Amino acid sequence: MSSLNAIQLTGVSKSFDGFMALSQADFTAKWGEVHALLGENGAGKSSLMNIAAGLYAPESGSLFIDDNPVRLNGPRDASRYRIGMVHQHFKLVKPFSVAENILLALPEQPGNAVRGSHRQRLRELEQRIREKATELGFAIDPAQITETLSVAEQQRVEILKVLLAGARILILDEPTAVLTDQEAERLLETVRAFARQGAAVILVTHKMSDVKRFADRVTVMRGGRTIQTLDPQAVSVPELVRLTVGESAPSSEYQPAAPGEVRLQVRDLRSTGAGGHGALNGVSLDLRAGEIYGIAGVGGNGQSELANVLMGLPEPCEGTLELAGFGDLRRAGSEQRRELRIAAIPADRYGTALAGELSVAENFGVGQIHSGRYGSFFRLRRKRLEAEAAKAVAGFDVQGVRSLKQKAALLSGGNAQKLVIAREFSRDPQLVLVHSPSRGLDVRASAAVHGRLRAARDGGAAVLVISEDLDEVLALADRIGVMHAGRIVAEFDRPADRQAIGKAMVGNAGASHE
Amino acid sequence: MDMIANWLGNTPDFAVPFALAALGLILTERAGVLALGAEGLMLVGALAGIGAQLAYGMHGISLLLAMGAAALVSLLFALMVLVLRINQVIAGLALVFFCQGLTGLLGTLLDWTNKPVKGLGAVELWPLSELPLLGKVFVQNPLVFLTPLIFLAVVWLLTRSSTGLRLRAVGENPQAADAAGISVLGYRLAAILAGSALIGLAGGYISLLSTKLWIADMTGGRGWIAVALVIFARWSPWKALAGALLFGCIEALIPQLAAAGVRLPQYFVLMTPYAVTLAVMIWVASGRNITGNQPGALGVPFIREERR
Repeated sequence: MSSLNAIQLTGVSKSFDGFMALSQADFTAKWGEVHALLGENGAGKSSLMNIAAGLYAPESGSLFIDDNPVRLNGPRDASRYRIGMVHQHFKLVKPFSVAENILLALPEQPGNAVRGSHRQRLRELEQRIREKATELGFAIDPAQITETLSVAEQQRVEILKVLLAGARILILDEPTAVLTDQEAERLLETVRAFARQGAAVILVTHKMSDVKRFADRVTVMRGGRTIQTLDPQAVSVPELVRLTVGESAPSSEYQPAAPGEVRLQVRDLRSTGAGGHGALNGVSLDLRAGEIYGIAGVGGNGQSELANVLMGLPEPCEGTLELAGFGDLRRAGSEQRRELRIAAIPADRYGTALAGELSVAENFGVGQIHSGRYGSFFRLRRKRLEAEAAKAVAGFDVQGVRSLKQKAALLSGGNAQKLVIAREFSRDPQLVLVHSPSRGLDVRASAAVHGRLRAARDGGAAVLVISEDLDEVLALADRIGVMHAGRIVAEFDRPADRQAIGKAMVGNAGASHE
Repeated sequence: MDMIANWLGNTPDFAVPFALAALGLILTERAGVLALGAEGLMLVGALAGIGAQLAYGMHGISLLLAMGAAALVSLLFALMVLVLRINQVIAGLALVFFCQGLTGLLGTLLDWTNKPVKGLGAVELWPLSELPLLGKVFVQNPLVFLTPLIFLAVVWLLTRSSTGLRLRAVGENPQAADAAGISVLGYRLAAILAGSALIGLAGGYISLLSTKLWIADMTGGRGWIAVALVIFARWSPWKALAGALLFGCIEALIPQLAAAGVRLPQYFVLMTPYAVTLAVMIWVASGRNITGNQPGALGVPFIREERR
């Protein structure tokens, strides 16, 4: 290794349809280090790294590998310079086996050439995969079909893929976003060990804890620019937050709730899950006007099923959902739910909450399309729809909207969520049902989402938040119910004892109902 | 007894164009390109084959030129769907109408219409040709016997070679293939050209070896049946071959019935293959696994720098 600098990008700019995703960004990663690239959603981290991986062509700027200027004409060139990227959305061919996926990405150069027929090459590659997997501590069967693997396993396949292709510069785009804490820890330990062997690892993330614990250096990005490169040990978390957000993070002062009458009475919800075991085993709770009720719990204890039942998504189940002044909410269709001013914010933003191929304005207007506000059966009042969508986009601070006609799928996670909230809150909701509202969102976007939920509460709405993120529940909720094995096993009033909640989450609720 | 023997003996002759066209479609669609233009490309192959035969009189060359002509015309389709990223359904339909007009025009202008050519002599696959009842199945022109070999070659390419692995990757998940350094557009172009050549061969077979003359629109919707056949076969070549035999059976039955003196309304007879197509489609769609095996990115244009 003649040089210390593994990869260097200088003065890189890139725009999409006139939107500057990157302007004059500079970045340098050295051999032997884990270098974190920190920033909010839409700060340009992924765009910059896609340029480093040869996937995007920069409009200006230069790229150096080992201090030599280099031009990348596509991912094949990048792999020739031994750059490998694990993308946030995995680039795997789902019906193919693990080995076939890895074979696809192997460059045909002398070092990697496996001789013989296709079958022979696959078999030899399977052997190499097993060896590499053992070396990294991954349990992967190379013959397995990728779509049957869990998300964490698919990620391991992606890592094996770039390493077997000979990568020495490893770029990981938001690797921990889809993993549990333990899985994330193991992954980051592994890549740190890889860097200690002399490789360069670039860790794209918006999680401060990943940076503090695993990075040797961190470069902060904001609004398409690289702001600063520093030593994460020498800087405090609030300072890092200030650098990524640009100003001090919006504080979340808690104001006590003024709960009113019971608005939603849930009694004894029961359902059978896919595996035959009880997904819901008698969920009961009371939700009052003017409060935020948080449901905490380890993922997979019936939260998704409960959310589906509450939001009126298809979910076979017994029990009652009594809405004050209406009756059984489960009889209400989605149209009637809108009439009743019930707002639902599902966990799957791009799947359930938005129609990605439709425009921002259409996604906003669809909530009221039946009310006749935007025209009748035969006419669309496009002017009014667009005017109100524009107002909502501004009012709810949805960024990255170049045009109201732009596809909703092009919005980043936080802005897509703000658009959903703008639509759902456009009719002054009386009941708000929310599932994982800030999953994948950065500090500022989740603060904005939380602010909106609190404002709805203060406006007299009954708010139910289901979240697997305990910090979120603790920050938001006036009352907390802990879900375990399909039931609410304990309830806590604010201020709640984190330890006690933690115990209840794993099924050790000493006294239920504090 | 004789009638059944004749019927079975005629089946391969009717089945081969379906089989070759379906195979070409599978090759193209496995790379993620929705190819609806088969009907048009078959016409191009049929006309080019006849033209070459009238000029040079050598079947091998005529069939190769039929393939080449269809591949050449498919470049236009490739330009539309790969470079200009026009909706692949529209581009496919446009290609059919374009080819129908073009072949009709050229057939008249060059005076190739209704000029009979000599067919190829039959080859006997002895001793199979001595079998009772089935014997006539094994007395066919050489291309009939070549067809299973072509299938074998394409299946080998698709499932047992790195090239096939890449081609299928491009059809399943072009973004992943691109990130792996595979040229998505290159593979799609190659798949369109090779698939179209096979479809052109199917057309050339009809004009040169079956009817032995050119008439405008002579493929009579067989390209569309091949499109349906591919869906019925779930993009699997062997199932497509079986389906082609089924349709060949039905088509071969009609002249036999007429010869036996069964009087059926002419339009009812002409309608039968399409009625069977519809029935098969409904039967397939009512099954549990409707989209199983369909290439994941079928009909989706590839753009590298689209943000998602």
